[in-house]
Amino acid sequence: MTRARVLIRPKEGILDPQGKAVERALPALGFEGIEHVRVGRMVELEVEDPERIGELCEKLLANPLIEDYEIERLDGAA
Amino acid sequence: MTVEIAKHRELGLTDSEFELICEKLGREPNDVELAMFSLLWSEHCAYKHSRKLLRRLPTEGERVVMGPGENAGAVDVGNGYAVAFKVESHNHPSAVEPFQGAATGVGGILRDVFALGARPIAILDSLRFGELDSVRSRHLLDGAVRGIGHYGNSIGVATVGGEIYFEAPYEHNCLVNAMCVGLARQDEMVRAAAAGVGNTVVLMGASTGRDGIGGASVLASAELGDGDEAKRPTVQIGDPFEESKLLECCLELLEKGLLVSLQDLGAAGLTSSAAEMASAGGVGIDLDVAQVPLREADMEPFEIMVSESQERMLAVVEPAKVAGVLALCAKWQTGAAEIGEVTDGALIRILREDEVVGEMPVEALVEGCPLYDLEPAEPPGWTYGNRQTLAAGASPQETLLALLASPSVASKRWAFEQYDSVVGSRTVRRPEAADAAVLQIPEAGNAVAVSIDGNGRRVACDPHAGTVEAVLECAQNLACVGAEPLGLTNCLNFGNPEKPVPAWQLDRAVSGLAVACEALGVPVVGGNVSLYNEGPDGPIYPTPVVGMVGELPDPGGTCGNAFARAGDAIGLLGPFAPTLAGSELAKLRGELAMGLPQPDVAAVAAACTAVREAVRAGRLASAHDVSDGGIACALAECAIGTGLGCQVDLQPLRERGCTPEEALFGEGSGGFVLSGERGALEALGATFIGEVGGESIEIAAGDRSVAVGLADAERAWRSLPAHLQ
Amino acid sequence: MRWGVLQFPGSCDERDALKACSLLGEARLVWHEERDLGDVDAVVVPGGFSYGDYLRAGAIARFSAAMEAVAAFAQAGGPVLGICNGFQVLCEAGLLPGALLLNEDLRFHCRQLELIDDDGERLSIPAKHGEGRYYAPEDVLDELEANGQVAYRYAPGQNPNGSARDIAGVRSRAGNVLGLMPHPEHAVDPLTGSTDGLKVFEAVAAAGARA
Repeated sequence: MTRARVLIRPKEGILDPQGKAVERALPALGFEGIEHVRVGRMVELEVEDPERIGELCEKLLANPLIEDYEIERLDGAA
Repeated sequence: MTVEIAKHRELGLTDSEFELICEKLGREPNDVELAMFSLLWSEHCAYKHSRKLLRRLPTEGERVVMGPGENAGAVDVGNGYAVAFKVESHNHPSAVEPFQGAATGVGGILRDVFALGARPIAILDSLRFGELDSVRSRHLLDGAVRGIGHYGNSIGVATVGGEIYFEAPYEHNCLVNAMCVGLARQDEMVRAAAAGVGNTVVLMGASTGRDGIGGASVLASAELGDGDEAKRPTVQIGDPFEESKLLECCLELLEKGLLVSLQDLGAAGLTSSAAEMASAGGVGIDLDVAQVPLREADMEPFEIMVSESQERMLAVVEPAKVAGVLALCAKWQTGAAEIGEVTDGALIRILREDEVVGEMPVEALVEGCPLYDLEPAEPPGWTYGNRQTLAAGASPQETLLALLASPSVASKRWAFEQYDSVVGSRTVRRPEAADAAVLQIPEAGNAVAVSIDGNGRRVACDPHAGTVEAVLECAQNLACVGAEPLGLTNCLNFGNPEKPVPAWQLDRAVSGLAVACEALGVPVVGGNVSLYNEGPDGPIYPTPVVGMVGELPDPGGTCGNAFARAGDAIGLLGPFAPTLAGSELAKLRGELAMGLPQPDVAAVAAACTAVREAVRAGRLASAHDVSDGGIACALAECAIGTGLGCQVDLQPLRERGCTPEEALFGEGSGGFVLSGERGALEALGATFIGEVGGESIEIAAGDRSVAVGLADAERAWRSLPAHLQ
Repeated sequence: MRWGVLQFPGSCDERDALKACSLLGEARLVWHEERDLGDVDAVVVPGGFSYGDYLRAGAIARFSAAMEAVAAFAQAGGPVLGICNGFQVLCEAGLLPGALLLNEDLRFHCRQLELIDDDGERLSIPAKHGEGRYYAPEDVLDELEANGQVAYRYAPGQNPNGSARDIAGVRSRAGNVLGLMPHPEHAVDPLTGSTDGLKVFEAVAAAGARA
């Protein structure tokens, strides 16, 4: 079984109110100089056939109309 | 040098309680047994300091179907149906993590209601926080409202009413009281008592993890100190989707007659639900922790027994029906495991496969806890302090606008719009549209009304009178929608009962509750007590919260609280004798002190009857009871609701002996502001005080007359969001 | 008219939709595992929090057996109405264009508001959702407007969630699939609110009759 991690985030150009809310709250907490915050989701899984992860992302884990995703294989493979 | 604290003390048991346990067991308890005793003998579960007082409350009536002692109370609403309801607190968890604390508070009270076999149809919430200039209080308010919305909306039960107050004494101890109302066919309702030696004990719902371990004894029976960050691991996490499946599953199981009894798992988890089921049924119970589905692999028996993982129910099932139960649970995608057996005898035994890891007499656990007498002492005077926020020379206009803008008085629309108030298609009166929520019950051919009320500040001024007022407030709210009270639930939120003043407050408040309920003929069918609500600055205001359910014969025969037509007459009905004692105005002026006038319960009850009958007969255009901020605020609320102003003269009140200020802003029970045709109002016995119309709120009160434009009044009354930026 | 109202674990407003449909014909619940819609003439995918809205609202429900049957039914021209979570499911399933995102102010709102249909008529209907902001790329939005696929818009000043171009509901190109965020099933009984919601169900039934 291969462990993998999928990072899902809102596509560029889509309004991300969660990201904006976080960005706006930061100065009051003493953090300056931070911009372009995007808030997404992370899914971790163990899979028998790592080649299918892409398909899984396209079909279920992400909505390709509004989200981008990045697959991270945790077994060192690309 | 470190001092080792005896284990039992760390778990909240006193030395003498520990000795009593040893006596009952005939030996010292092992870790599993000690953990179980520490939870069931905690204040939260055993009501050590309140049980004797609660015996004063009237609990019987011809409409009572289930009284105190079951998962929730229930009253007959006709045609074979019953309405089940209860209110419970989740104060300490909400102070630590407001979103999950409030969410799981809602989850817990929902389970109490569907454990009876009643489908939840409404939620109400009574919340109290410190003043909104505190970052912490804004954070708690925001989290609690989002948490209630998250759970209630996801599970699809309408949140139809509630109240929110902001007072400095709640700064370190917020109050989150959640009430649920459910509907059941009486022949499908089930009690909690386990029965039938040899029957199987089935655990349904979510798997068991480390949520809330020690929650009951660590959090609810001790005052919150500076170290409460460390208590975060004991807060439970709720999953409304899981509960939605569990709810449908349980109701279908009951509909199909597959269960002998059902109990929800709340405070003290498996320990309390198994022990209480056994105690109620006069039987013993064996539980095998190895059969409990776990979320974390390495849990110890005591952890499994005291875990407060949410969304779990315990059922007793005849062996022949177990397969059917498991199949239904599979259909609803909710967990189910056979974890034990009902036994002959009086022991609760905890097994890990074949090994007995704990063995206690059921009665010792459930009934063996010592009950304590309070040692009350009246306080020397007003001890909660005063803070002036309204200038001494404020004009009547400025005063009215300041009262309307005061967060406790202001519209709570910001909050209730975050709740789904329409799901279920029963909501005839949505939040703010009337003084009580109204839900149609086509199954019984009628409707029910619900209100939840309390005013801790006034109870602090006089615990007996203030509590009587809370009960009357509910009754008045129900009358305004044409409903007759059927039953009452209450949550008593007080400070440390081992200290003399909170003890006095609790004692006097319970007396007031008993007196008011007796006089109105409204039985107490269930409730909850939350003690030890004290912070570094002292105790909270003594806060009995009352939830009342009433019935009305025709959901179409109800009315709202805002003026309906220009030209309508406005009348005042009831033994309203306002004073500034304990009022919102006294608070703004920094003039709070002990003492409240004594309400005339019989006269208020008579006024309720008159209003109720007039509403049912369609003789009124609107009905609104007078509470926070006095008549001036009540009139403003009636006007803002539909954008119709009014011209009023309070001379009749002054003739009763009130000063102009008392007439305008004084508070107390027994005031109804009604509108409609003048003849109808006077036939009812209401005193004519003015007319609906125009674009301003004009109230003559001797040398304190008020004239405020509708737009200004609305701006003030809707200003709550401005405090939250 | 025989209406089938889908029911998923976590659906909330399915019984309300059932009651509303019963005013206009016969109605039954369709359990999410049913593969065959039988003699259903029109399908309603109801509101709620199917599968807890976990992962994304509607993302899991759209893979159910019943939704496969609904997709075939829609392909054949059958009328389908998606309400709130149902609208989300239809978008996830590709039966309607676009997606629904978190409300702009990140809060759930329940309030009565006005919609404008494509005849310019105003309907008073409650909306209650936390993820109702309609999104589609600009070119898709242009296409929807050009093809008359925007079925309902929020009345000026009443957009509760930041939806693009105030869009509250859209139709498929063929016109037989309709999705909207507000809840017409909660506007069919004068006791509990307005009755303007009936017009939405009637429009769906009419779309089916035309097909």
